[in-house]
Amino acid sequence: MDRLLEERLFKTLMLSSLTMVVGSLFAVVAVVVLNGAPALTPSMLTQTPKGGYYLGKEGGILNAIIGSLYLAFGSVLLALLISIPAALSLQRDYIKKTKVAYSIRLSLDVLWGTPSIVYGAFGFTVMLYLGMRASLLGGIIVLTLLQIPIMIRAIDETVKLVPAELKETSYALGTTRFETTFKIVIIQVLPGIATAVLLAFGRSIGDAASILFTAGYTDNIPGSLLDPAASLPLAIFFQLGTPFPEVQQRAYASALVLLVIVLVVSVASRALGQRFSKHILR
Amino acid sequence: MPHISIRNLKVSYGAHNVLKDITVDIPDGQITAIIGPSGCGKTTLLKSLNRLIELQEEVKVEGNVLIDGDNVYDPQADILSLRKKVGFLSQKPCPLPMSIYDNIAFGPRIHGVKGKQILEQIEELEKHCPNYEVCPANARNTAQTRKNGEMDLLVECYLRLAGLWDEVKDRLRMSASKLSVGQQQRLALARTLSVKPEVILADEPTSSLDPVSARLIEEQFQMLKQNYTIVLVTHTLRQARRIADHAIFLYLGEMIEQGPASKVLCAPCEAKTCAYISGEII
Repeated sequence: MDRLLEERLFKTLMLSSLTMVVGSLFAVVAVVVLNGAPALTPSMLTQTPKGGYYLGKEGGILNAIIGSLYLAFGSVLLALLISIPAALSLQRDYIKKTKVAYSIRLSLDVLWGTPSIVYGAFGFTVMLYLGMRASLLGGIIVLTLLQIPIMIRAIDETVKLVPAELKETSYALGTTRFETTFKIVIIQVLPGIATAVLLAFGRSIGDAASILFTAGYTDNIPGSLLDPAASLPLAIFFQLGTPFPEVQQRAYASALVLLVIVLVVSVASRALGQRFSKHILR
Repeated sequence: MPHISIRNLKVSYGAHNVLKDITVDIPDGQITAIIGPSGCGKTTLLKSLNRLIELQEEVKVEGNVLIDGDNVYDPQADILSLRKKVGFLSQKPCPLPMSIYDNIAFGPRIHGVKGKQILEQIEELEKHCPNYEVCPANARNTAQTRKNGEMDLLVECYLRLAGLWDEVKDRLRMSASKLSVGQQQRLALARTLSVKPEVILADEPTSSLDPVSARLIEEQFQMLKQNYTIVLVTHTLRQARRIADHAIFLYLGEMIEQGPASKVLCAPCEAKTCAYISGEII
């Protein structure tokens, strides 16, 4: 085949794929902004729902904003505390048998692909058994479970890329495995940790099914870990489900708030990631 | 008694025997060059001396390596102090993902060296290198006025010893990975020396360097051999002839000949050594 033709053909193909991806993303954002922006009033952001809010009366979604932030940040923090050591332990320094590490990775990949409603059902069953009510704590725990496979695998992939020479250099100075892992390797994987946080945060703040039964829903702002908590995805779901156009518009406004939160967190974590990765080897 | 005695050392990767029954003594206070064609087990032999070889997959080591009379492969042996005592310089320098300063300070810090011990270490270093100004009086005076001045002074001394101080003194907080490869190798040498080793293992330390940096490293070795036992793997016979006092010739995992460098490298007894140094086997 003519190589110049091949070059042109593939350039066109790549550009059209890119256009499709960016275009559909743009369409989603446009629908949300066009429908949501008019309904996005200051009272939406600063008030909790008053009586008759879902019929189109006064109030806002502060309960869901605060609830979602509590749920997402709480679970990301908890999941990080568990995932960083777990991901680092998958190195050959700790698990000598490659088959064992392989099976752990495989099961994490399966868990990553498990629908979140399954996590929700599991969490709900455990909570019933323990006699717990739907609560912020329950939601955070289930979201943590949802994030752990994502975080471990995302961090693990960057840990695998740490050069063997770097570990060798560190061990040659007489370091223990702990010192090599937590003082050297971890610096090198900081960008990977930032990506993992982003992926997991995005999944947890946007997920509705896992927290439907476990965090519940309420018109109040949770005052303790044992109170039920509202969330933006569920607020969107409930508002879209009403027959009133003005309430449906508020659903779009809630979606817009969710998008902005995700955007802010993405930009912030990228900036932080860059700041902390100035020493890493490339 | 020599510092290092290798007795019946056999190393295999899976089913592949890399070293077959090596028995040799390595003389103190000299530069010993290990030479031989590619894949003959030079690096394996070198890394067996401080057990870095164990970081490889499926490696099996039999036989003994005695350092100061203690078998390093004894299950009770302290691998951390072994690696502190037997430093390693790799083929391609690998900076730790931190600043130039921290690259030097890392080793002493993990071994808990501080305050007065640092000053003792510097005094010892000065005694070792009487012809070399590692610690000028004005540096010592200014260090005494600063907080953590001892560590600053230690970093300065080792950077001077490695001939790197003048090039980096104004940018100690810069990432070590931004240095040129030649500078990185001298940094690696300074870092290796900073934990007070008695033996330095060097795996083709100049093979990735430009001629000027390579000459600097060779000069360092010439100076250091009075106080350290140096074992050098090299691919270039000319380098071995320039700096080695003692030479070991390996061929396909067996030690063919060993003895004073002048003899092995210029007038060998064995036919295979002759063939190698005349360039018939590469």
